[in-house]
Amino acid sequence: MTTPAGNGSADGDVLRAEHISKRFGAVTALTDVNLRLAQGEVLGLIGDNGAGKSTLLKILCGFQPPDSGRIVLRGQEVALKSVDHARSLGIDAVYQDLALINELTVYHNMYLNREKIRWPLLNNRAMRKEAKEHLDAMGVSIPSVDVPVARLSGGQRQAIAVARSVYTDARILLLDEPLAAMGAKEAALILELVHDLKERGDVSVIIIAHNYGQVLEVCDRVNLLQHGEITLDKYARETSVQELTDLVVAEYRQALAERQRAEHAGGPGSQPSASD
Amino acid sequence: MSETAAARTEVAGPQPGAPAPRRDVWGRVQHGFIVFGQQREAAVFVVAVLLFGYFWVTNVNFFTKVDLVNLSQIAAPIIIIAIGEVFLLICGEIDLSVGFIFTLAPFLLHYLIDFYGVPVIPAILLTLVMGLVVGWCNGFFTVTMGLPSFITTLATGFILLGVVLYTSHAEPAIPSPALTGIGHWVSTYAWAEFTWAVVLTVIFHIVLTRTRWGLHTVSTGGNQLGSREAGIKVARIKYGNFMITGVLGAFVGVQVALQINDIDPSSGQYQPMFYAVAAAVIGGTAMLGGSGTIIGAFFGSMVLAILTDGFNVAGINANVLNIIFGAAILIAMIANVQLARLRGAGRIR
Repeated sequence: MTTPAGNGSADGDVLRAEHISKRFGAVTALTDVNLRLAQGEVLGLIGDNGAGKSTLLKILCGFQPPDSGRIVLRGQEVALKSVDHARSLGIDAVYQDLALINELTVYHNMYLNREKIRWPLLNNRAMRKEAKEHLDAMGVSIPSVDVPVARLSGGQRQAIAVARSVYTDARILLLDEPLAAMGAKEAALILELVHDLKERGDVSVIIIAHNYGQVLEVCDRVNLLQHGEITLDKYARETSVQELTDLVVAEYRQALAERQRAEHAGGPGSQPSASD
Repeated sequence: MSETAAARTEVAGPQPGAPAPRRDVWGRVQHGFIVFGQQREAAVFVVAVLLFGYFWVTNVNFFTKVDLVNLSQIAAPIIIIAIGEVFLLICGEIDLSVGFIFTLAPFLLHYLIDFYGVPVIPAILLTLVMGLVVGWCNGFFTVTMGLPSFITTLATGFILLGVVLYTSHAEPAIPSPALTGIGHWVSTYAWAEFTWAVVLTVIFHIVLTRTRWGLHTVSTGGNQLGSREAGIKVARIKYGNFMITGVLGAFVGVQVALQINDIDPSSGQYQPMFYAVAAAVIGGTAMLGGSGTIIGAFFGSMVLAILTDGFNVAGINANVLNIIFGAAILIAMIANVQLARLRGAGRIR
């Protein structure tokens, strides 16, 4: 296995993102992101709000293209054309907004856009049965797979969104804040699930989270995203909650100090700063 | 009864701990009522039956063969257009132009057969293709150009009306005699129109509830971003539903022209569209997308048709009818909203 600091390619890398940048109008979300994911690895992606974590994830799963840079999948450069395309290559994402359809039942959500068909109709019976089996196997307890997801709790919805990706042969799973809005019990369930995936070894995971303790518990490696770049790349066992917190807080302090300096420098007659 | 209902609130299926359904006859009747009450179409169905019963009892001329045919011919165009509007409303759009496709269609058929010598069957198919093309244009301006469908279809409606008036010199026409034979099957046999309406209702009910297209239509209207993230081709769904609506509008236009044996530039226009949208909404389709039913729209159309026909038979002034119409729509909507609130509160599903 390569050292985290090493930027060179490694045969074990299942996914690499190189020099990724993305702008939305005047806002630069990502400037120059270099990220790699080894086979069977769980990578934690952390960073303050607005650091561009979700943007990066949406690029990696084919939802939106990067402005520049390249994505290398198992040693081959790919241009992800769409979510479907990425999915066909084994990359699947669970978004922060979960992409669940409130009006549809649990099992229809589980199979959204990859429905089982008995042409020309939906094979509801098979979908209902298998959705139930999958969720039972995961230990997700919901009243019934027949209820619309609007009736479920935040944690139940999250669990269904994760279960949906895991059970569709995703080999690279991108989880955007899977632990947000989760009770302790439900968070433990998801962490357990990620553990299980790690045990299996054939699934690689990138997980965005805010709770550094949970990240270090479940991840092999941690990347910190700041100002649209990866500024830290360490194995989980080599870092600590304290170090990660300090880095993020330091960034915040620095930004604050800079702003204060700018305000002090701006005496009478100077231009008001744009950030005001 | 309320106890059983409460037990069934959480889940549709049987639940551990819930009292087992009673096996005797009364228990089954109760169970039947509960299942019925859970259907979103229940309210509008009851209203339709009550209205039908009212006119039947109060007017000897209502429940006669002649008048039932008349009723079916009022209902059928509303039903068929409502099918398209339901699909559009569910995926978060609306088509105001469908009534003008209705107006143009028989004129186009007339031009093709009488001026260009196109045989009858290809002429009918081309007319339906016109509906498809207009639907595609509505999709293009709405989805690809990003305009609200309310505006897009308002504009295409005007354009179509302009085309009709310009090409016809605002003069009515008579359908070609060549259409007589096939016309029987399209609409001139007494129950032809209504049969089409029922068949299309069944087909599109299945499409909406049991196929991928229907599921993705609901999904698009329920959570457009989420649907896109799941890889659903939202644009294709919307284009498709505009095109379905366009074809249905063209078909109804031809049906009505043949049935009354008159091609009139003043037929169609906004009225069938407004009736269809009203029928859809009375039948439980959400104006903001995400849910709706074809069966509900069918009975919504029946309610409007029964009111129209019933008051005609009763000899009530047609001008007063509009007041009753407006009130009926309000009452039906209030019932829907209250039922939805009860469902949300878990009283009934």
